Amino acid sequence: MSYPRSNLILRMDPENKRFKDRVTELSGENVDLCFQCGACSSGCPMTQEMDLLPSKIIRMVQLGLEEALESNTIWVCTTCFNCEVRCPRGIDIANVMEALRQLVLRKKYNRVSLDELSPEELRDLPQIALVSNQRKLTA
Amino acid sequence: MTRLAYYPGCTLKTKAKNFEDSTLATAEKLGIELVEPERWNCCGTVHSLSTDDVMHHLAPVRNLLRMEELRDAGKVDSRQVVTLCAMCYNTLKRSNTVFNTDSDRRKKIRDNMYKEEKEYSGNVEVVHYLETLREMGWDKVKEAVVKPLTGLKVAPYYGCLLLRPRGTGIDDTDNPTIMEDLLEALGAEAVGFAYSQKCCGSYNTVHMKDVVADLAYKILNHAAEEGAEMLITACPLCEYNLGPMQSEVEKKHPVFDSIPVVYFTQLMALAFGLGEEATAFTGNTPDPRPLLREKGLLEE
Repeated sequence: MSYPRSNLILRMDPENKRFKDRVTELSGENVDLCFQCGACSSGCPMTQEMDLLPSKIIRMVQLGLEEALESNTIWVCTTCFNCEVRCPRGIDIANVMEALRQLVLRKKYNRVSLDELSPEELRDLPQIALVSNQRKLTA
Repeated sequence: MTRLAYYPGCTLKTKAKNFEDSTLATAEKLGIELVEPERWNCCGTVHSLSTDDVMHHLAPVRNLLRMEELRDAGKVDSRQVVTLCAMCYNTLKRSNTVFNTDSDRRKKIRDNMYKEEKEYSGNVEVVHYLETLREMGWDKVKEAVVKPLTGLKVAPYYGCLLLRPRGTGIDDTDNPTIMEDLLEALGAEAVGFAYSQKCCGSYNTVHMKDVVADLAYKILNHAAEEGAEMLITACPLCEYNLGPMQSEVEKKHPVFDSIPVVYFTQLMALAFGLGEEATAFTGNTPDPRPLLREKGLLEE
């Protein structure tokens, strides 16, 4: 059985398209290049803590599914760029993760708070840990 | 003496004082004067990845302007600025690239820095101290060695930001050799291991200590299994996650044997025979000195 070519074009609802366009704009990445090889997920050091694999997040963005923002994956990502150097399609996946985080953070969301840290932790942690943690995970 | 601009970064002045002390001493021995500008600010620690972000490039670019001022004042001999912390290196270098390649954001960054006396030209090159050493030549480093680290098995831990992303890294992303080359020049034995470029968990150490302890366990254990007796690093956050974090690792993994983690410059200072103040091993947890004494590399 053969399908007419027009049936292969992904039709998106306007809201899905809006979300996808926003992620594309913020990340500067074309997620449609992804063909789901999974190299990003296999090299990711944090997958055991993630509810969705990085490659799955990319798939959701391709489809414009805003549920990607509810995943803990985008917060667990350490921006180590391992996925980025492994991607055979040249997608800077860390930029996509950052765009997704930004979409949430820009609504004044804070994932972490310094108030949760004990005086000992605040004393012992190096500045770069605290500054980068706040930079990445707070509004 | 060659005079080079030097950006220390915040952590080098506090938790990673041993990194700075050992670097300044080894640089002097190699005929390099690292010139710190009178004022500088935090680089922001992480590069801002969103395309519309201008604000977070101001801190790094302002630092680069300070470096340019040093050159204008005739206080340094080159357009390079030397960094030590892998996060500072990455952040300054990538912001410099954004400034030099994205004309739209360059204009916005400049517009936001109107209170500066001079505009940043873009003509500063961000390098890491390891690159400075490589450029100088490993034979020069070898010449400075008075006490070769013979018999010491060291695993080079690169982590993320020295090597990634491609184009920003100081060496080949997949097969780096720069730390191995240094170790060889110092007379030590470099031990390769599968986790040398795996992330230590980075800033997640603040709120996900448990997860970072597991990552540290994997990294340290793989190094030990390959026969390493200690690890070297170039990042104060990696040092924290792999060093002091070992007390957490021990709680979770009772069979774990602690293993020292030091900055590469501390081993240089040791091999150069520069004394206690330069090696600054008192700043490391776990203490590397018992191992070094056992190896006959440190006096009792």
